[in-house]
Amino acid sequence: MELWYTEQHTDNVRFSIKVDKPLYTDQSEFQRIDVFHSKEFGNFFTLDGLMMVTEKDEFIYHDMIVHVPMATNPKIKNVLVIGAGDGGTVRELTRYNTIEKIDMVEIDKMVVDVCREYFPQTACKFDDPRVQLYFEDGLKFVRSKENTYDLIIVDSTDPFGPGEGLFTKEFYGNCYKALKEDGILVNQHESPYYQEYAKSMQRAHKRIRELFPVCRVYQAHIPSYPSGHWLFGFASKTYDPLIDIDEQAWNSLGLKTKYYNTEIHKGCFALPNYVLELLVNAGE
Amino acid sequence: MHLLCQGKAPIYEALLKYKSMRVVPFDVPGHKQGRGNPELTDFLGEKCLSVDVNSMKPLDNLVHPVSVIKEAEELAADAFGANHAFFMVNGTTSAVQAMIMSVCKQGDKVIMPRNVHRSAINALIISGAIPVYVNPGVNKKLGIPLGMSVEDVKRAIAENPDAKAIFINNPTYYGICSDLKTITELAHRHNMYVLVDEAHGSHFYFGSDLPISAMAAGADMSAVSMHKTGGSLTQSSFLLKGERLNTGHVRQTINLTQTTSGSYLLLSSLDISRRNLALAGKSIFEKASSLANYAREEINKIGGYYAFSKELINGDSVYDFDHTKLSIHTREIGLAGIEVYDILRDDYGIQIELGDIGNILAIISVGDRALALERLVSSLSEIKRLYIRDKSGMLDHEYINPEVVMAPQKAFYSDQHSIAIRDSTGYISGEFVMCYPPGIPILAPGERITEEIIDYIAYAKAKGSSLTGTEDMSIENIRVLEE
Repeated sequence: MELWYTEQHTDNVRFSIKVDKPLYTDQSEFQRIDVFHSKEFGNFFTLDGLMMVTEKDEFIYHDMIVHVPMATNPKIKNVLVIGAGDGGTVRELTRYNTIEKIDMVEIDKMVVDVCREYFPQTACKFDDPRVQLYFEDGLKFVRSKENTYDLIIVDSTDPFGPGEGLFTKEFYGNCYKALKEDGILVNQHESPYYQEYAKSMQRAHKRIRELFPVCRVYQAHIPSYPSGHWLFGFASKTYDPLIDIDEQAWNSLGLKTKYYNTEIHKGCFALPNYVLELLVNAGE
Repeated sequence: MHLLCQGKAPIYEALLKYKSMRVVPFDVPGHKQGRGNPELTDFLGEKCLSVDVNSMKPLDNLVHPVSVIKEAEELAADAFGANHAFFMVNGTTSAVQAMIMSVCKQGDKVIMPRNVHRSAINALIISGAIPVYVNPGVNKKLGIPLGMSVEDVKRAIAENPDAKAIFINNPTYYGICSDLKTITELAHRHNMYVLVDEAHGSHFYFGSDLPISAMAAGADMSAVSMHKTGGSLTQSSFLLKGERLNTGHVRQTINLTQTTSGSYLLLSSLDISRRNLALAGKSIFEKASSLANYAREEINKIGGYYAFSKELINGDSVYDFDHTKLSIHTREIGLAGIEVYDILRDDYGIQIELGDIGNILAIISVGDRALALERLVSSLSEIKRLYIRDKSGMLDHEYINPEVVMAPQKAFYSDQHSIAIRDSTGYISGEFVMCYPPGIPILAPGERITEEIIDYIAYAKAKGSSLTGTEDMSIENIRVLEE
């Protein structure tokens, strides 16, 4: 018998991983959660059938969503993480001793519970004393915060289903309000390659651009995500990730990373022409 | 309500059976189960087009129901606690008109508040009935019209003992309810019928802890927009009838104006929605209530906005409040309701039911989700942060008591000419002017145009309200009576 997990990347494109064995399946209040083991990617989990995290390539995503803002402003102390139920983002953040407080808001407690059991590789720092977990809608949580955080990381699912509120103008506006005057917002920014994802990407960019004076997009290669070409958004009230990066400070921390380095930092903001064009035309 | 029978949906079941018989159609509609219009079939779906059919023996006939429609009407009557329920496919407008025309002839008087929907005044134009307006109370702070006060109704009855009926809009668009039971008893003691425009109250029949429904209060007829909060398709509604009126007479009146090609899409949507609400309405509206209450709390926490509710209850002109209506007063943040309404749609992709001068209204019904409400609340919080401004110079009222010079029908059919609205002070209006929604006339045919009304129209227009009613599509000119 052959068992394959297949994700429909578009109506006409599929991506499959051979499953060694299924480990878990259940329906939470918000979504269906599945965990599989595969020979190629190790354990991986999906929400409503869409790939979230694999043990093999999660380092790319988590390096890039955390270290880019941290190298831009090493003085970051207060961080809000939205989504990120697998724990990888929190794991990377806890490596900075200078960070004092990490609030993590995940709508679905079951995701965290499942990851604690099947993904010790990522879900290993939830119990760090600086980490406070909140199980509620991120949109609601951020609404009541004002001038509180140095960094907000939006590590969300795609903008369909429970993640839809995290791609909206009201959400980004509330984030702006929740950030301090030198605050940074980094978000999972979808992919430019397939049309449906590209549209979500453009909408997110348009809305962030309307709110933040500094608004940039950077990229990484994540093999298990649709097209493999993935983007992140970097928005801030003051810091520019290319001008303000403190290479020496970051390198002197001696953090060992598998993907990120300060050369990648400088290079990842260089985007292909078709992506630049999509971003310029995001308002249309 | 007999729960055992309520699991049935006769029209829906008859349509399923009809489909399974694979009948070859040589009757109308000419699209022949969608085959003749592939583009439309692609858009609406083959399932939908295949049941867009004509009246026929197995499917009964809305004009003269004897089988499945009759059975569905009986089930609906049982579900709503009515003596009879009519399936209406020309909108609640036609139900309102049928109510008035069933009990009023030319020249008969109807006691009604002036803040009724235009459909009620249209019914007066068609039937020639004469309105006796009772001024609704006004909440000064919110600028909205309230319900009918019992004392005002008593006075109107004493002054017009020959009136045939009392017409009440309950709840109002904003969720305000009058003392329906007392008014009904009062009316019946004076041999007047009670007609209720319950367009926004279909959930009163199924939820718990909601204001009393028209049928439970003993009213003689009620027009219920099942499509508004009950989940059926747009334009479908129920006309409910109590025991004092004759079913055959009401049906004859309905048939004066209702289509003879009743849509089975609308009919089956009423049938299925009635079944759904009869079986699950209690929990559906409990959820809607708790969502609305939650949103109200969160919105009031933002500050500046006032999402009002049961605290308005005063035992009379606000006898009860429908807490599933999420009505929000916006003037304190310096924005007209219609401005917030426009920003929500244009900038945040959120469509709400209405925005008027001082308020917005979001409908919470059978189909709402907690996540979507979080978006509404967060957007309102952002709108306040980005747009808050000084409120001075803002108009503070929604309701102007009109001076009624002649009956709507007489005014409508009088000789008229068109003049610029700004020059129309003192003239008698020959037509309607209203913001839509809510569709409550600022001016109706037969009413004196005043400076205050002209200012109000100009203000509503400047703030971006969609004005309707006049023959002139740009609402610059108005037809007034020759005097």
